[in-house]
Amino acid sequence: VPALAFTDLHEGQTFVLGPYEVTREALLSFAREFDPQPFHLEEDAAKVSVLGGLSTSGWHTASIMMRMIADVFFLKVDAMGSAGIEEMRWLKPVHVGDVLSGTLRLTEVRQSQSRPELGIVTFTADAVDVIGEAKAFLRSMVFVRLPA
Amino acid sequence: MMGLFLEEIGLSNRISLGSHKFTISDMKRYALQFDPVGFHVDEDAGRASIYGAMTAAGLHVACGWMACFVDSNAKARHRLAAAGKALLEIGPSPGFKDMRWLKPVLAGDRISYFTTPMAKRPLGSRPGWGLLTSYNEGVNQHGELVFTFEGAVLTALRLN
Repeated sequence: VPALAFTDLHEGQTFVLGPYEVTREALLSFAREFDPQPFHLEEDAAKVSVLGGLSTSGWHTASIMMRMIADVFFLKVDAMGSAGIEEMRWLKPVHVGDVLSGTLRLTEVRQSQSRPELGIVTFTADAVDVIGEAKAFLRSMVFVRLPA
Repeated sequence: MMGLFLEEIGLSNRISLGSHKFTISDMKRYALQFDPVGFHVDEDAGRASIYGAMTAAGLHVACGWMACFVDSNAKARHRLAAAGKALLEIGPSPGFKDMRWLKPVLAGDRISYFTTPMAKRPLGSRPGWGLLTSYNEGVNQHGELVFTFEGAVLTALRLN
C-alpha cells in the first residue's frame, strides 16, 4: 500500500526537496561517465570557463533533482514512470560543495481518460542553494497506478 | 557544436552521434543513485509494473545521448584541430524542452542517437555568442523511436 494515496493528492500541494550535497567525487564520477568535458572534469579548465569553477553537468543536476523528487514523492506513491520533461532550465552552475534543496509543487492531479487505471500528476520543481539562489527548474509529470 | 561556428552549422542535417548500450548493471547503478523506483532497479518489480519488464530511467536515456554527443563533438574538434582550425570555446546550455520518453528502454537495448540543428540566432545579451536549438532522437535496435527532445546550446559566432 503506497504511503500516499492518490486521493490525498491535490493541485497546489507542495513537498520539500533535499537537502542534497554535491560532492567532488560524485561530480567527477558522473562527468566521466556521461559528460566528460574539461569544465566538468578539470579544475583549471573550469576556472577560466563561463561556469567559473568545477561545476556539475546539467544532466547531473537534472538527475539529482529527480532523486530528490523520488525521495519525497515517487517512492511514496505507486509511481509508474513518466512521459517526459516539458521543460528543464539550467539557471546557474552547480559547484562542488553546493547543497541543493527545493520545492516540488503539484500543478495538476487527474485520472487518465485513455488508461483509467492510471492517474496523471504534473508538477514543477526547483533547486536552490543554501543562500536561496535558483540553480535549476523543471516541469514534468508522472503516472501513478490507482488501486484496483 | 562539432567544433563549428554558429554561421557554419547547416540546419536540418541529421547528424549521427553513435550509440549507447544499456546493460542491466548500468541501468541499476544509475537508477539506484538517481531514480530508485522499483521497476528501474529490480527485475521482479519490472515484471509487475505496467511495462512488464525492468526499464532504464528516463534521464539515464538522456544521459546516454549526452555521452554520445560529447564523444562526437570531441572527435570532430580533434579532426578540425588536426587540420589547423582554432578550437572554439564550448558554450553552456540554458536547458531543454519537450523531452519525450516514447517507449521503454529495456536491458540489452542499444540506442542510436541523433541531433538535427533546427534554428540559430545571435544573442543580443551575450556578444560573440548565438543560440543553436536542435531536435534530438534516440532509436532502438528495432528502429523504433524511443526518445526525443529539443536541445539548446550557446555557440560561438565567427570573429571577422
